Amino acid sequence: MLREIVIDPVTRIEGHSKITIQLDEQGEVQDAKFHVTQFRGFEKFCEGRPFTEMPSLTARTCGICPVSHLMASAQACDALLAVEIPPAAVKLRRIMNLAQLVQSHALSFFYLSSPDLLLGMDANPAKRNILGVNEAHPTLARDGIALRKFGQEVIALLGGKRIHPAWVVPGGVSEPLSGDKRERILAMIPNATALIERTLCWYKNVLEQFRDEIQAFGHFPSMFMALVTPTEAGHRPVQLEHYNGVLRFIGASGNIVADQIDPTLYQVYIAESVEPFSYLKSPYFKPNGYPGGIYRVGPLARLNVVDSCGTSKADRELTEFRSLVPGVILGSFHQHYARLIEILYGIERIEEILDEPDILDRHVRALAQPNRLEGIGVAEAPRGTLIHHYKIDEDGLIKWVNLIIATGHNSLAMNLSVRQVAQHYVKASRLEEGMLNRVEAVIRCYDPCLSCSTHALGRMPLHIQLLGHDGSVLDAVTRKQ
Amino acid sequence: MAQPIANGQIMAAKTLTINGKHLSAEESATVLEAASEAGIEIPTLCRLEGLSEVGACRLCLVELTGSSKLLPACVTKVAEGMEVKTDTERLRRYRLMILELLFAERNHVCSVCVVNGLCDLQSLAQQLGITHVRFPYLYPKVSVDASHDRFVLDQNRCILCTRCVRVCDEIEGAHTWDVMGRGTNSRVITDLNEPWGSSETCTSCGKCVHVCPTGALFEKGRSVAEMQKRREFLPYLKLMREQRK
Repeated sequence: MLREIVIDPVTRIEGHSKITIQLDEQGEVQDAKFHVTQFRGFEKFCEGRPFTEMPSLTARTCGICPVSHLMASAQACDALLAVEIPPAAVKLRRIMNLAQLVQSHALSFFYLSSPDLLLGMDANPAKRNILGVNEAHPTLARDGIALRKFGQEVIALLGGKRIHPAWVVPGGVSEPLSGDKRERILAMIPNATALIERTLCWYKNVLEQFRDEIQAFGHFPSMFMALVTPTEAGHRPVQLEHYNGVLRFIGASGNIVADQIDPTLYQVYIAESVEPFSYLKSPYFKPNGYPGGIYRVGPLARLNVVDSCGTSKADRELTEFRSLVPGVILGSFHQHYARLIEILYGIERIEEILDEPDILDRHVRALAQPNRLEGIGVAEAPRGTLIHHYKIDEDGLIKWVNLIIATGHNSLAMNLSVRQVAQHYVKASRLEEGMLNRVEAVIRCYDPCLSCSTHALGRMPLHIQLLGHDGSVLDAVTRKQ
Repeated sequence: MAQPIANGQIMAAKTLTINGKHLSAEESATVLEAASEAGIEIPTLCRLEGLSEVGACRLCLVELTGSSKLLPACVTKVAEGMEVKTDTERLRRYRLMILELLFAERNHVCSVCVVNGLCDLQSLAQQLGITHVRFPYLYPKVSVDASHDRFVLDQNRCILCTRCVRVCDEIEGAHTWDVMGRGTNSRVITDLNEPWGSSETCTSCGKCVHVCPTGALFEKGRSVAEMQKRREFLPYLKLMREQRK
């Protein structure tokens, strides 16, 4: 039988971008920039829409992490309603958010990054993809697919479909969980746990091969930010919190810079800068100014800021992870490791929440008209902290929107990382394929979602230019679409 | 042959063919009714049982032997010896075009609509097999009126079927709704183009919302794919009103 497989485009990141590398007169790398060349415009075209559309409307930003937008948006809308969300609804939303964390992390690790990790950064590009992984290590490829499927199945069981469920609504969720669906999710847990434990074991064994990359892939001091559990609710130690919670900033030495910050006060701590070379905004920690206020978000940030994860197996893995180096883990290469630990955490937490006595409660939606004209919702997306901020008029129509997407927070760090990799690996005025791939790979560590963060439907070729000191293009490599 | 009797009056029957099928119908019947009686389905959109027929959407266009014009089945009365075709290549082409033009005229975004999966326009498009729109979208900048306490009018999704206008006038008797402007500038309006929330004639009965075939009229607070429209009441309501006269 004739089979045809078309891979179009072959790039392994989400969205449109290019990289330019600036050389000095000696031909050494002086600077490198990561340009995000697409523009979405959600903040503008949501204006005038009824706020009740916002969860589904903003979820259309992305097909990978629509659930994150649902979470942040629904919480911003809850704030507009100013009512208490039924506890069962909060728990169900949490499960869906964790299911997405698992599926998105599985996509990032297995589909996008495992070809580099398994086959090597210099492997033949024709083989350096999930199909190549399947040839070389079928179990790893299948585990990845199965883990992603687990997350997607949980989302579909809760919300009716895998992508863009309309189930999360202002005030709660539209349907309670049935006993049957609860059983079906619980039945999938043991296998999912076994798969991620096997992957962690494999990854820890190959980590040694990447000693050089670990030191050069975005390894620099910076602050880290993430949502954590609030201490006033009696949560001690401070643990992972992906659905809501409070913000914590830590410094490169592990010092707490700001803690227990009500996320609705984000504007006090975070400002957004715009660079002319990219559509991606660059948020920074306001008190430290721009660009000194650089901080990182995402799986590594989350594991760096918390005292512990909050589930037993993930905590054991966290202890082992932290034994890699003393203090805060500064290398962005370790985002991969952190992602795997978070998958384990996500599966454990889903099981815990499903075992709570009121999880099948039929009361899952609070109904109200808007009681406030401004609402902020903050959640941890797989890639980091996601902020939705809306203002409405008296009729409930959106007047103003600000979205700070997880990938945006990492903008400064991604630029610094690209420069670091370029300076480390580009030694001559000639670009090698392996160098191209390492520059891509450092971006993949952050698992950026560029289509999310610039508010274009588009294919995403990666375009790298080598510029001479006079700005002339010495060489260019383009990944074909 | 015995004549059909209605209300004590003798009704004349007309014989005709639809798609080659011989049938008879009361002389007051429309081609649409005669076809429906014979189990022949003709797509409709502006029509709703319980409301008067206006022939606004043109989806029920049929071919008549001897006439070069296409005629809307909902307002064309049966006639003796009429030969009707309801499903020719030409008609299918026109119906597709009509739907595509409806989609191109306003801003229909099904994925984030309150009636996604519950919409007459969407299901008709699926039924007729629309895969894409060949005409350039107009992307008009139109308003959303959310001034009413309970309901919202989103002009982006209005197809000007006038179901709202008719139900408000014929059943509720308020005549809050009407149509303003011409061509692509036509808009449904409340009272004299005032915000719905300040309408003095609107009784807030909600019938317009439930007869609306799209998400142009919906209940406030409804999220995506949540606005189930209930219309079963309409024929009964009409019957009650008529009996009371």
